[in-house]
Parts: sequence; structure tokens; C-alpha cells
Amino acid sequence: MKPFDEMIKTGDEVRQPYDQLKSWLDTQNPGRLAQKALDAENVFRKTGITFAVYGDEEAAERLIPFDIIPRIITGNEWRRLSQGIEQRVMALNAFLDDIYHRQEIIRAGRIPRELFTHNDAYLPEMVGFRPPGNVYTHIIGVDIVRTAENQFYVLEDNARTPSGVSYMLENRETMMQLFPELFQQIKVRPVETYPKMLRQSLAAVAPPGCNGTPTIAVLTPGIYNSAYFEHAFLADQMGVELVEGGDLKVENGKVVMRTTEGNRAIDVLYRRVDDSYLDPLTFRRDSALGVAGIMDVYRSGNITIANAPGTGIADDKALYSYMPEIVEFYTGRKAILENVPTHRCSEPDTLKYVLENLSELVVKEVHGSGGYGMLVGPAASKKECEDFALKLKANPKNYIAQPTLALSTTPIMTEKGLAPRHVDLRPFVLVSDRIRITPGGLTRVALKEGSLVVNSSQGGGTKDTWVLDD
Amino acid sequence: MLLGRTANGLYWMFRYIERAENMARLIDAGLRMALTKTSDAPEEWSSVLMSAGVKIGYDNKYKEYNASLVSDFLLRDPSNPSSVMSCVETARSNARMVRTALTREAWESVNETWMVLKSTLASAVPETDLPRVLDQIKRETAIIRGAFHGTMLRNEIFNFARIGTFIERADNTARILDVKYYVLLPSISYVGTTLDNFQWESILRSVSAHRSYRWVYDIEYNPVNIADYLILNSRMPRSLNFCYSNIVDNLKHLAIDYGARHECHDMAEGIMTRLENNDIRTIFDNGLHEFLSDLIYQTTGLSSKIAKAYNFD
Repeated sequence: MKPFDEMIKTGDEVRQPYDQLKSWLDTQNPGRLAQKALDAENVFRKTGITFAVYGDEEAAERLIPFDIIPRIITGNEWRRLSQGIEQRVMALNAFLDDIYHRQEIIRAGRIPRELFTHNDAYLPEMVGFRPPGNVYTHIIGVDIVRTAENQFYVLEDNARTPSGVSYMLENRETMMQLFPELFQQIKVRPVETYPKMLRQSLAAVAPPGCNGTPTIAVLTPGIYNSAYFEHAFLADQMGVELVEGGDLKVENGKVVMRTTEGNRAIDVLYRRVDDSYLDPLTFRRDSALGVAGIMDVYRSGNITIANAPGTGIADDKALYSYMPEIVEFYTGRKAILENVPTHRCSEPDTLKYVLENLSELVVKEVHGSGGYGMLVGPAASKKECEDFALKLKANPKNYIAQPTLALSTTPIMTEKGLAPRHVDLRPFVLVSDRIRITPGGLTRVALKEGSLVVNSSQGGGTKDTWVLDD
Repeated sequence: MLLGRTANGLYWMFRYIERAENMARLIDAGLRMALTKTSDAPEEWSSVLMSAGVKIGYDNKYKEYNASLVSDFLLRDPSNPSSVMSCVETARSNARMVRTALTREAWESVNETWMVLKSTLASAVPETDLPRVLDQIKRETAIIRGAFHGTMLRNEIFNFARIGTFIERADNTARILDVKYYVLLPSISYVGTTLDNFQWESILRSVSAHRSYRWVYDIEYNPVNIADYLILNSRMPRSLNFCYSNIVDNLKHLAIDYGARHECHDMAEGIMTRLENNDIRTIFDNGLHEFLSDLIYQTTGLSSKIAKAYNFD
């Protein structure tokens, strides 16, 4: 069956949100558009908007391909999406608070205790501790896919350290440079307030003992990290320091950074370093990326870490299938946004089903991310499926399986003109004293015809995402 | 207030950009010498390597001195940390690290230099292309300087970057002078004579001062005047006097901004005083080589005192 296309209905009829864009596109000279696409690439390369692909030494720094055709969401569609997202992130924070305290959801028998007992993402260090403002996951990127006019699914809740927001901002910046006339014709809701909102949001969860303007810093693993550009970009846009583990130490019960004028205390740390590297005294001892003793400072309430350690349990893929129950348990309402039906391979009957239908399913590692270690059944060869089946049988608990969704398509520019490609959407959400959602988010697009994998590490690209101000 | 690491990154970023440019000049001067049949080319290339401070590394790798080997070593060799490409790589890594302290233009100019030179220096440069490539390197570094001067706020960020530039330049000028005089003036009796020799021009050429020299002194090259020009002239942008007056000036700004003076301030001002209250005759009388090697040593010491004072050691 032909997947849902967001621009063209059956036949040649254009979907209403794309009306204006399509008529504009029809008047454009293809040569000029191709030139604009090249211009965009040059801007990205010059600015150094790159990411690193691990294990790919030749291309240590690569550009994420950018497609110049925007993806359009109507105001109405967005209202519904953002309500669903808001409900979901409230539930996620309530859930985190609960499982690190009274665990009522387990007592109520809504989710099994085993999900936590042998799960590395669940941090005993967080038990009984309440972070400032009672917020656990401050920055969330919810991955959403669409399969029909009114059918959206949440694919993943990235509640640890979601990346991509810098691309959302640079994509818009680039589009406004390339096609100013389009933005005059079509009213698009702005995204550029994100860094300011991020700063306000982080400042709002400063530790209670912090007087005056809190000192905020972004903690990066360094220039060789795949998302380093984004770390530098956000620090720059927020006007805060970009620090590395080596700049920090614990002194008199505070985390301080080494500056040209001596050591200076940090109140809020937006860390882009994984939990396990955060504190060599508490987690991985060999970590040089974190700060020895930061967990003690954190637990005595002298620094806010965003996102809080241990939030990974909320976006653990083993837990994903319970999200509808979780949302309902904490918000008292049915989830507005649907989950993708998920098979837990840990259950023997399910495993059998998954093995028998491997060529039609998407199988993911419970702890994997970034599109690594997953099998897209319909796109895989017989041999790949067989190899994967062996891995699956050896450790069924490590996998979940989902039906292959017919992700919606939007047009991209190709050498032969416009052609439909599959997309997803990652809206960015900020949680502190209130919830702030930037209209739109990052649209990732699988550039290969027919491909469903949108991850940048696997050859995906991005697009500017427009929420219409209608 | 800056992170110590940021100050470090700025300082080294600009030291390496300066070094890349100096390498291009040195090769340029060497090339000139090799073209004048009167001179002994291997000897000249060996002194270029010595001025660049990389002769040991070169000798470990090659047995002979010629234009293509030496220029390749100075332009592209990844095993030579001071080759133009290594310098540009290091400068750009540092720039990436301190991105948040640079204007978009300043960062982009460094990034573009890196992209352009990476492709230009991807394979060995044929001797006939050398002049063009050397010009390109000088032009790229000039663009970085222009973007930096045209867009950066004059604050601590600017000061650390400038200190890096002038420490590197002072070191470079002192080395060139020291090496060349050692080669050209085996005996003190030559001092004071007017020599019609391309070699003298090469000293000036390696600091891009062969034209401006004639505006200040005489059409004839004279060893004492050349030394005077490169050491004591306060208006010549690559002289030791000029370098130190800039170092002192930038350190002074930091002292005012931060409200604190450190050991490095006294040291830099001490060296400056020595340069101001000296004349070239006295320097020659007391030994030019002694003077220059002491200055190189002091400059290295000053560099580590600055790093210590501002928490980036």
C-alpha cells in the first residue's frame, strides 16, 4: 500500500497545508532550486555544522544532508500533538519521581518490578532523592511518526540527552536566508526562541540555595563527540560557559570551574555526558569526562543536573510498551498520543511470533540508540534476518519488536525533481516551572528511496519543519 | 572571566596561526635563495630548518637538503607538528574548542582556511606551484587576522589571542635572526661592513620586511641596521620591540579587567625595558647570539608564567 504522503493526496491533488508551498514550487526554476540546495550545503560546511560518525575515520566530520523542501504541519495538527506531548512529559516526570520514591505504580501492579531490578538505567543513587523543582527530565525529544491524516505514534521518548535541536534552529536560519520570500507569503511559527527558553528553563530549576542569577554551564565530552557542534552552539546561544570534565572539580561542597580569575561555582549543569560517565567516584571509574564527587554535591542540593541522573529508565525500550499504562496512571486520562504496538521478546510466545515474522517487523535492542543494532525486517536480506534471529534467540530479553509502520512521506529535492521520502518528527520539550514546547521540531528524512531509517548515523537527512500560524 | 581552558585554546590557536604564516615565509625566503645561483642551496635549506626549529625532526627522517623535501616537510608533513598543515589542524581544533568565544566570522575564517589548505596540501606540491601555494597560505592567514580584528570585541578573549600571536612572533623573529647571523657572520669582523649579498635580503624576506627596510634605512643592506630593525625598531610589526610592547599592552588590559597583577606582568615589562633602553651597538658588543638566545629563553619562561597566572598551565 502506498504510504500517506503529506503533500500529495491520491492523484494530483495537493493537501491543503501544502497549497501555497506547492504553487510556489511550481513557479520555481529547477536550476535555481538546485543552486539553492548547493548554497545551503556550503553554508553548513563553512559554519562547521558537522557531526561525527563513530567508527568512520575517513569522514570524522560529516554534514547531515539538508533538504530544502520544508515539512508542513497545520496549527490544528500541532495543537493536538503538543497536548499529547505535554501529557506525556508530565507523566514521565511523575513516573520518575514515583519509581525513585514510593513506587506506587509497581504496588498497583501496573508494571512489573523486574523492569527495574536488573536495569542499568535505574540508578539506586537516585532513590529517595528529589531534584530541585521536582523535575527529572528537563529536556526531552519525543520521536513521533505519522501514518495517516489523523494517525500519529510516539516511537520513542528521548528523556536522557536528546540531540538535534541545533539542526532545527540552523535549518530554519538557512531557509530564511535562502527563501525570504516564502516566509513573507506563508506565516510560520518561529523556533528561534529555543535557546532563550532553555536558559530560562534551566535557571528556573536552580538549587534552592542559589541567590541571584544562577551560573549555568553546558558539559560536553569534548570536540570529538558526535554532537559537539550542538553543545557549543547551545552554550553560545544561551551565553553560558561550555565546560569539559577537566575544567571542573568539587571544592567546598560546590562544583567549580577553573577560570582565568580562579574557581567559580556552577549552579546548573546542562550535561551532555551520559550517566555512567558523570562521576568516576559513583559510576564508571575510568571516566575522564565527568566530575569526581559531583553526585555528592548533587545529593546535598548544591547543584542542579539536567537531565537528572537516572532518567534513562523512563525512555528504556523495555519500558516503552508500558507507556500507555504509565500515562493513564499519572494523568488520569488516556494517552492522547498512541504508542506503537510493541512485542516484548522476553515473553516466550511473543518471541516465537517475532521469529516467525521477522521479515515484517522492526526489531530493536532494548538499550540501543541511534539506529544501531536494529533490524528493519522488510529491508533486510534473508541472510541478515537469519543472523539477527540467532542474536535474538541468544538473548530475547534484549529485544522488542514492532510492526513496520508505513511512515508518512514528504517530498525532497532530488536530481530528478521532487520525490517522496519517509520522515519522522522530533519535537523538543523543556520542563521546569512550566512546560515549553517549540512549535515543530526536527524532521528527519530517510534520503534513500523506500528506506525507513531516518537516523543521521545511517544516512538520514533533515528538513526545516513549519508549524503554520493559522 | 573565561574558562582557563578557553584562554589556553585562544592562546594556542593564535600561536599556531602565526606559526603557519611564519613557515610559509621561511619557505618563501629559502626558495628565493635557492634560485640565486651564488648561494649554497643545501646550506640554505638547512638554515631554514634551523630557523623553523625543526631541524632535528627533519634530520631523523631525511639525509639530504633540497627544496622539494624541505618544503614538503615544512608544508605538509603530519609528523612535523610545526608544518603548515599541522599548525592549521591544531589551530582549528583549538578554534572548535573555543568556538563560543569567537565571532561567527572569526570561526568561519579559520574553518575555511582549514578546508582550503586541506585540499591544497592533500598531495605533494610541485616546485613550480610552490609560490602560488605559499601566497595562498599567507592570504588565508591574513583573512583570519582580518576577520578577527574586524569583528572581535576588545576584551579578555582578544587579549589572550593577541598574547599568543606576539609570543609566537617574538620567538620566531629572534630565531631567524639568531640562525642567520650565525650562518652569515662567522666572524665579528664582518660587522659594520656593507655586504652586497642576497643572504641579507633573505633575512628580511623571511619576515616580509625587505621593502619596508628600505623605507627606514638605506638601499644597502647592512647587518647592524638589519639587526636594529628586527630587534629595536618600535614601528616594525615583527620586531622584538613591537612584539613585546603588544604583549605588555595586552597583559596590562588583563590586569585592569581582572584587578590583579601577576609575576608575568613584571617579567614582560622587564624585557620591554631592556629592549627600549638598548642600542644595537651595545647588543653587538655584548654578543648578539647571547642576547637573542637569552631572549628566546625568557620568552618561553614568560609564556609559562602567563599560563600559570591565568589558570591554563
